[in-house]
Amino acid sequence: MTNAPLIYGLMAEFDDPNALVAATERAHHEGYRRMDAYSPFPIEELHKALGARRTRLPLLVLIGGLVGCLSGYLLQYWASAIAYPINVGGRPLHSWPAFVPVTFECTILAAALSAVVGMLALNGLPMPYHPVFNVPRFALASRNRFFLCIEAKDPKFDLEATRRFLETLGPRGVATVAD
Amino acid sequence: MTPAGDGLVPIEDPTQAVVGTGVPPIIAPGYTFGSVTDKIAAIVLARKTPLGWWLGFGAAFMLTLLLFAALSYLVVTGIGIWGNNVPIGWAFDITNFVWWIGIGHAGTLISAILLLLKQPWRTSINRFAEAMTLFAVACAGIFPLFHTGRPWLAYWMLPYPNTMGVWPQFRSPLIWDVFAVSTYATVSLLFWFVGLVPDLATLRDRSQSRIGGVVYGMLAMGWRGSAHHWHRYETAYLLLAGLATPLVVSVHTVVSFDFAIAIVPGWHTTIFPPYFVAGAIYSGFAMVLTLAIPIRAIYGLEDFITMRHLQNMAKVMLVTGLIVAYGYTIEAFIAWYGADK
Repeated sequence: MTNAPLIYGLMAEFDDPNALVAATERAHHEGYRRMDAYSPFPIEELHKALGARRTRLPLLVLIGGLVGCLSGYLLQYWASAIAYPINVGGRPLHSWPAFVPVTFECTILAAALSAVVGMLALNGLPMPYHPVFNVPRFALASRNRFFLCIEAKDPKFDLEATRRFLETLGPRGVATVAD
Repeated sequence: MTPAGDGLVPIEDPTQAVVGTGVPPIIAPGYTFGSVTDKIAAIVLARKTPLGWWLGFGAAFMLTLLLFAALSYLVVTGIGIWGNNVPIGWAFDITNFVWWIGIGHAGTLISAILLLLKQPWRTSINRFAEAMTLFAVACAGIFPLFHTGRPWLAYWMLPYPNTMGVWPQFRSPLIWDVFAVSTYATVSLLFWFVGLVPDLATLRDRSQSRIGGVVYGMLAMGWRGSAHHWHRYETAYLLLAGLATPLVVSVHTVVSFDFAIAIVPGWHTTIFPPYFVAGAIYSGFAMVLTLAIPIRAIYGLEDFITMRHLQNMAKVMLVTGLIVAYGYTIEAFIAWYGADK
């Protein structure tokens, strides 16, 4: 970072998704690790091509759902049997079958909130500024272009060598990303 | 390459009509990723608001004012104006409530259940069907709130520590309604917004105006289409669909419990939950078609909302309509056959 403090990385632009997947696989094979690929729609193979691990999000959602389930049930038990016991037709205060719908709704609510908040948090969003937006052509990443960015933080990164490598992948162009 | 989930469907497949069956394609032929984006984004960014839109908006605004006038009269006079003279009974507001909640269910069905069933044709219509769901839930919320007669005290239905020392009656279906409908509104909003984030990023990148760029930029939260982000996004979207699917069934089941848990003869019956859910999907799809057919004509979207979509929705309506017909038949049969007189 000391020799090139103002560079975030190098970004190659591709015309079609298959070229991006192939390029990402090549770059991973070449030993690059700190890189990311950008596309206007999800491409399943891309995540694997980057060599990334599976997300922990499902575990977060499971925990969220269990917390919602337990707190929903305990709230009803506590309110109906302890805090405000009302005898309705001699039915038991802890009338658990009647507590099922609200418990279910609380489970879904907490799990759904965990899914959305967890996804945003793990993705680091909202993020108002990111260096990739410094490349003017990156605006097409949400339209019909596919980008591979190798970051300067990668140990194997070298401005000249990496640029030469990216040129061999058949991109439309390679841009330097200012930090 | 098979982009799954909520992104654009691959362009080459859906343009093909199903050979030999006469089933029309999902997207008209001749489009690329770029031209689909441009055509849809132009509706928001480039198209001038036509006079017809203002006329429609004016008519809708007048009707909204009529609603406000009616609600003001209701609050000042009391719910007796609905012909309701039983303090624990509901008048036509529960009909409106059930109807509006039901309308919303088609949006969730399209966005969640069709995603789980891997029906790629849903992507043309899911976002606006989800928006319809949100508005339908908002409309549904009016009726139970105003039925209380003092809507400013509606928060009493929520469980919160209060100086009165009372808690909601969790054995009552009306409290189940509070939880079911508020959860449904929240999850529908999350589903709609999460689906919208990459679209907002597209609008941010396409927008020519400074204000548009800033507003869409803030709403898109810095979405940049990173593969790591897409992976978590797809996981979250799939999980939301998996959660919304039982939710949508549970919501109308709970709504039917408003009738079925009571021991009123003819209402205290197990056919109610499935019959309500099927009726909800039936009327909801009818509403989606009522909105989709004019929208595709007015905005020139016949290439994206094709005859295929209309056919598929008509099929769903046929099936759910038959289930509703079965529900009506069984209700009449049990009334004749049963001992309740």
